[in-house]
Amino acid sequence: MNWRRLGSIVLKELRQLRRDRVTFAMIVGIPVLQLVLFGYAINMDVRHLSAGVLDQSNTVRSRELVAGMAATQVLNISHRLSTPDQVEDLLRRGEISAVLVIPADFERRLEAPIALRDRPLFQIVVDGSDQVVQAAARQLAAYPVNAVDGWTRRTAAVEVVNFYNPERLAPVNTVPGLIGVILTMTMVLFTAVSLVREREHGNLEMLIATPVSPWELTLGKVLPFVGIGLVQVTVILVVGRLLFEVPVRGSLFALYTASLVFIVASLSLGILVSTIARSQFQAMQMAFFTFLPQILLSGFMFPFEGMPRAAQWIAEGLPMTHFLRLVRGIMLRNASLLELWQPLAALAVFVLVMLTAAVSRIRKRLD
Amino acid sequence: MPPTDPDTSAPIQARGLSKRFGEVLAVDDLDLTVRRSEVYGFLGPNGSGKSTTIRMLCGLLLPTSGEITVLGHQIPQEAEALKSRIGYMTQKFALYDDLKVRENLEFLAAVHAVARKAARVRIDELLERYWLGELQNQLAGTLSGGQKQRLALAGAVLHKPDLLLLDEPTSAVDPQSRRDFWESLFELADAGTTILVSTHYMDEAERCTRLAILDHGRLVADGTPAQLLENLPGRTLLIEGKEPRRAQKVLEGMPGILALAQIGLSLRLLTESNGDLEQRIRQRLAEAGIQVQISPAPPNLEDVFVAATHKTSPEVRRAA
Repeated sequence: MNWRRLGSIVLKELRQLRRDRVTFAMIVGIPVLQLVLFGYAINMDVRHLSAGVLDQSNTVRSRELVAGMAATQVLNISHRLSTPDQVEDLLRRGEISAVLVIPADFERRLEAPIALRDRPLFQIVVDGSDQVVQAAARQLAAYPVNAVDGWTRRTAAVEVVNFYNPERLAPVNTVPGLIGVILTMTMVLFTAVSLVREREHGNLEMLIATPVSPWELTLGKVLPFVGIGLVQVTVILVVGRLLFEVPVRGSLFALYTASLVFIVASLSLGILVSTIARSQFQAMQMAFFTFLPQILLSGFMFPFEGMPRAAQWIAEGLPMTHFLRLVRGIMLRNASLLELWQPLAALAVFVLVMLTAAVSRIRKRLD
Repeated sequence: MPPTDPDTSAPIQARGLSKRFGEVLAVDDLDLTVRRSEVYGFLGPNGSGKSTTIRMLCGLLLPTSGEITVLGHQIPQEAEALKSRIGYMTQKFALYDDLKVRENLEFLAAVHAVARKAARVRIDELLERYWLGELQNQLAGTLSGGQKQRLALAGAVLHKPDLLLLDEPTSAVDPQSRRDFWESLFELADAGTTILVSTHYMDEAERCTRLAILDHGRLVADGTPAQLLENLPGRTLLIEGKEPRRAQKVLEGMPGILALAQIGLSLRLLTESNGDLEQRIRQRLAEAGIQVQISPAPPNLEDVFVAATHKTSPEVRRAA
């Protein structure tokens, strides 16, 4: 390893990067754009579902119930139905997502002593083809409807205490994961095209006729982006703080260390892609191919524990899974790196494997 | 005489060099010796194996068979040791379009591990010698063909290599730039650099100290340009008359004629050295009612090239 040679490749990459406006814009543009989009759009608290009411009781108290439900703003009652047939009809046509069905004996059910209540007071029929609507309905079932007498007397059998995100703010959960998503997308892409671009432009043939070594070439292409990755982490943290009040409860040092290792892991994955792809277009396709499992299986989109065993095994091989454990632990639970040594070590192993594979694939030959 | 220090022998020696790409034999049993300070030319049409041979010589391609010694290094085994001692200029401009002229040279200096201070002096010297001084802060991608080529040459000689391998360096360059470029090559050869340069321009081939003619991966002739002209197996004739176009039609396909081309108002023939061929040509043209004068013409390298490639394949003759 010749340090002057390594340094010259790093300098060359930075100079090229500075003149590549699109890439340069991506460095800051992608984090901000994604943060704003995901931060505001990913919100599991559903509101204003279009709904109908089939009030077969039609009493003062049933009307109070309807008004109370409307006041939660989860349902936006737009249709008054008169027969059960209409329920299925409107749901099927997709005009409404939920129907509040109040039975004719609603008053009687309400007045029965709690111990003797064997039937529910009323039903909410929902469009089960949309799981978000299903989730909303579950949430609705837990709402206390204060306007109706006798309602609040029911108490929950189990109390859930929410540590770390008591206000149940969605961005607090999504923003740490977003650091992983954004870094994966940009870092893998930057290095995935780098070697292929040199090959396509004919630079590589010149380069391999010089004494430059595969390790110098690989590290020289990875190192400049490490700094850029750390800049992106900073952008996400600052914007996350300003827009969504996402806290950093752990130490910044731990957070940046975890990010650094993950950045190198993503860059190494990218450089390996670059040694396999035949063209820049192919490199981009392959880069996207690596995003999907990372976003879907890492625990960012769906809970890790809910996945089948096989999917969990695959997920253990993805750097993003380990980074999510690190970043959630550090940012939200104030965990230390020592407590999180396992995912950190997993990332380090990933880096070693990827870099060694990439370097061994770089042949200083054309055939 | 026992072999002395391998470095004092010929910089390039190749024996029985072959390269096969699938079904295609790109280079076929090539023997090659290039001596110190020569400007050795590879002349051949596209696809004749020039680039493949050069790439094998600098270790970028593995030969299918054959032995190569370059500057005393066994290739491909010792290719890495060789790479700091050669300069290689690819056919396509291979420096970075989005780096400035000076930045490109700085990069190459560092890649070749030239010490910082020495590199600065050397770069200034090269910018001056190749008239790039005023362009040093311009992006390489914005240079003209001739300027790019001078920059590429500066990059290839920056670390003072003993051997320079140039793959069609003048293919995208105007005639004046080509002449200047060749002057630079002779300067380098004078200073002791051995140069292997491929080309498909006859005028460039004529300027080489030695020349190999490649066709379909085979070396079909080699020697100094003078030797090649002297050993030309055929004769060249100039036919002058009123209807060169019609005369060409009449003579086309006549046995013994290797090539014929209209040059201005006359017709230039390359023929086999057959005693009465000139007589038969005169006769055939007379039968067609074409009055002509036939005189011998001085042969040139193109004739050598046509005669040499004719032996291997008739298609090349037609193309030439």
